Amino acid sequence: MNDTDTQEQEVVVQDTDNVVIRIQHLKKSFDDNEVLKDINLELHKGENVVVLGRSGQGKSVTIQCIAGLMLQDEGSLEVLGKEVKEMTRDEIREMRIRVGFLFQSGALYDSMTVKENLSFPLTRVLKLKDKQEIEKRIHESLESVGLEDAIDKYPSDLSGGMRKRVGLARTLILRPEIMLYDEPTTGLDPITSREISELIVALQEKYDTSSIIITHDMSCARITADRIVVMNEGKYIATGTYDELTRSPDELVHNFFK
Amino acid sequence: MASAIVSSFNRYMEIAGDQVLFTGRFARNIFKGGFEWEEFLRQCYIVGYKSIGLVGITGFIVGFVLTLQTQPTLKTFGAQSYVPSMVAISIIREIGPVIIALICAGKIASSIGAELGSMKVTEQIDAMEVSSANPVQYLVVTRILACTIMVPLLTIMADGLALLGGYVGVNLQEHVSFSLFFRKSFAALKFSDVVPALIKTFFFGYAIGFVGCYKGYHSKRGTESVGLAANSAVVSASLWIILLDAIAVQITNMIVY
Repeated sequence: MNDTDTQEQEVVVQDTDNVVIRIQHLKKSFDDNEVLKDINLELHKGENVVVLGRSGQGKSVTIQCIAGLMLQDEGSLEVLGKEVKEMTRDEIREMRIRVGFLFQSGALYDSMTVKENLSFPLTRVLKLKDKQEIEKRIHESLESVGLEDAIDKYPSDLSGGMRKRVGLARTLILRPEIMLYDEPTTGLDPITSREISELIVALQEKYDTSSIIITHDMSCARITADRIVVMNEGKYIATGTYDELTRSPDELVHNFFK
Repeated sequence: MASAIVSSFNRYMEIAGDQVLFTGRFARNIFKGGFEWEEFLRQCYIVGYKSIGLVGITGFIVGFVLTLQTQPTLKTFGAQSYVPSMVAISIIREIGPVIIALICAGKIASSIGAELGSMKVTEQIDAMEVSSANPVQYLVVTRILACTIMVPLLTIMADGLALLGGYVGVNLQEHVSFSLFFRKSFAALKFSDVVPALIKTFFFGYAIGFVGCYKGYHSKRGTESVGLAANSAVVSASLWIILLDAIAVQITNMIVY
């Protein structure tokens, strides 16, 4: 084996080590409705992958499978080097601490204030008891999303954009390595949508996370994506950077980037 | 026709199996570390303290009306002196526990069903799960235990107020002293009237909490399902209360008589 071969092999090995999520031939059906037909995707460390697609194409189902909220019917789904289907309850618990999930609505707990929403995962998941440490982490998280003033407010007192920010702060408070965003800008005005997209990029840099962002908001995709995957009828039909896909000859892909 | 019966039977068996699994999850999580005391006390406050008005008024009126309805009939037989005993036995043994449980099913099971149903719809329960928190321990265990403890306490209070209502009812037509009425009421009660009636209220409370949590936790997506969860929680809890009452009476009769 000459030097060049060895170098190439090292590059491949390094690349494989950097994969934090690996999906191969993933299939998922609900009764007779085959939602995911053959999904293949690799998410690398530090990478932001945006999954674009029309509504009802199974984009959210993919990340719900990753988070272990539902199990795939067929195929392989590895998160941080372990197959989700084969994980024990404790392993799933551990994996979920390392994988953050931001829901479309923010999914804040209605009966709790913003502070209580943020302290919930700290006290229940990380089992923190030191009140000063909890306060410090709450303030730090709220500061990173620019919402320190909202600490004593209830979710019903917040706007849609503020709820998403608080949801983001609550997810990031556990310091996840991977972030899954389910339509983070849906239902927001263009200015707030842009702010949230920029916040996602800023937080990704700050906390060094890898992300999968499900969206059909092109502005969000342009701002956040290192790589875009286009999904149609349960399959990924194209992948590339924003600029590459803008020049795609595929009519469906082209329609997205019009 | 036959296939419809089979499929509906299968569906009911699936639900029954699911309920057994849910009971198992509830039981496992009671004894898991990190019991949610704060949330449990908050639920006791919501289930118990916030139901005092409704349950108290209901209890008082039931005793009052029962006395007014039975007093003329007993008077016909010259047995009006038995009114306190009759009111006490019927309230403590049967009417109090069942009426209060049904009232609680309407108020508490529906509210738990709607609350958890809306948490499911707005992905709050999923958010707890994906953050590795334990939604069963936080939402289900606290609510079921609060109902199991507070419904018997509410029933005891309502029984007392029902006797008071009976006393007021009797005094509308003739004067009976407070001490005489209550002495006669308590003298008629036996251990076998009070204890089995009290024990069954714990089961009623459990049924109310369990059905409310189960229906809410398993509601489908969409706002309509929140209403359905609340509605079916009331219907199922009421049915369970009647069934449990029938079983409790049979068991009491077998043991005591």
